[in-house]
Amino acid sequence: MKYVDEFRDGELAKGIAARIATEADPSRTYHFMEFCGGHTHAISRYGVKDLLPENVVMVHGPGCPVCVLPIGRIDMAIELAIREKAILCTYADTMRVPASGGLSLMKAKAKGADIRMVYSASDALRIATEEPQRQVVFLAIGFETTTPPTALVVRQAAAMGLTNFSVFCNHVLTPSAIAHILESPEVRELGTVKIDGFVGPAHVSTIIGSQPYDYFAEEYAKPVVIAGFEPLDVMQAILMLVRQVNEGRAEVENEFSRAVTADGNAKAKALVAEVFELRRAFEWRGLGRVPYSALKFKDEWAAFDAERRFDMPERSVADNKACECGAILRGVKKPTDCKVFGTVCTPETPIGSCMVSSEGACAAHYTYGRFRTSKAAA
Amino acid sequence: MCLAIPAKVVELREGDLAVIDLGGVRKEISLALVEDVAPGDFVIVHVGYALQKLDPEEAEKTLALFAGLEAVPVGAA
Repeated sequence: MKYVDEFRDGELAKGIAARIATEADPSRTYHFMEFCGGHTHAISRYGVKDLLPENVVMVHGPGCPVCVLPIGRIDMAIELAIREKAILCTYADTMRVPASGGLSLMKAKAKGADIRMVYSASDALRIATEEPQRQVVFLAIGFETTTPPTALVVRQAAAMGLTNFSVFCNHVLTPSAIAHILESPEVRELGTVKIDGFVGPAHVSTIIGSQPYDYFAEEYAKPVVIAGFEPLDVMQAILMLVRQVNEGRAEVENEFSRAVTADGNAKAKALVAEVFELRRAFEWRGLGRVPYSALKFKDEWAAFDAERRFDMPERSVADNKACECGAILRGVKKPTDCKVFGTVCTPETPIGSCMVSSEGACAAHYTYGRFRTSKAAA
Repeated sequence: MCLAIPAKVVELREGDLAVIDLGGVRKEISLALVEDVAPGDFVIVHVGYALQKLDPEEAEKTLALFAGLEAVPVGAA
């Protein structure tokens, strides 16, 4: 496929790998966090790690919406489907996330709750028009990439005068999560997580542009290179980060210039700003409550806010004690540091969310890297 | 979750919709989040919506960068 295959070319990859090996200074180490699950997946799937010198280390970040959605929010959604007998529409990614009481959306569906997987937010809207006698709730999750379609269907539902459609909003924001990591004690004081730069989001940045990252380059002196999700994009970004570190620069560079501009998608941003505003705080799995890190409905759209339409008390539920997802999402631990990784916890029987989503650090390592030698361990 | 793929627009339809071609597979998507898209353009598609137009010139520049056809920095081999 055009614009895919040529960005996966093995020969070109060798060339970039050779340049990284030549330019990386053997007397120091380079720790780069790939924020996105999409990058984590590409790095594991295409064996990018094996093409990097030992002193260039990739640290997995929290940019996997399924992984950071806390158990309490899934519990709230399941309760809505069971108690209110609503049709709960969701992207497939969330279906298998373990919730309280041994449940998941999938298991709740098996028990009779009307939970439906949809490809698009517009499918949820269509179900609402087809079943006017039922309440239809769209479980909206995702970063800035996924938010504009949600905002669009809310506006469409309003235009159509639908009274049986609402959204359980769990949309989260990338820059606040990056700021939270940079402010964390592990990075600032303890030094247990070393970060010399970030591989910045691909598709999030098509919407928000490269400009929001300027703050991290300036304020925290960390280079950011926005990169596409194909393996050569990731490798080129790593090379660009190595060069910035070598030259003592901390700038925002854009490797994904074929789809990302400085300002992003103005139309999509305006739409999101029309419907949503910042939440004062939102709970993230692994990061805890992060200030201004998520979106909620503006008052004028309250009629479409499932949290106001239904009685949905906030729930905070602790993760399974054996599960290290929290520390993995902060970059403090690797999947192989977790006692249940690959034993009790596998993609078929996940204990934690990082094993559920294919973008999760644990699922990516389990699927593509678990038989590697220790040099290339996750 | 943020998975999105570049696809070619082959037909514009009413209501901000378009048909895309993805290696032979055709699907109807929404163009409501983008502007000035014409048949033949490539767009980045996510959950049934085009998020951005793909810039073919920038794609070529990036491929040239991969091939090492760039200004070689001082000290590099």
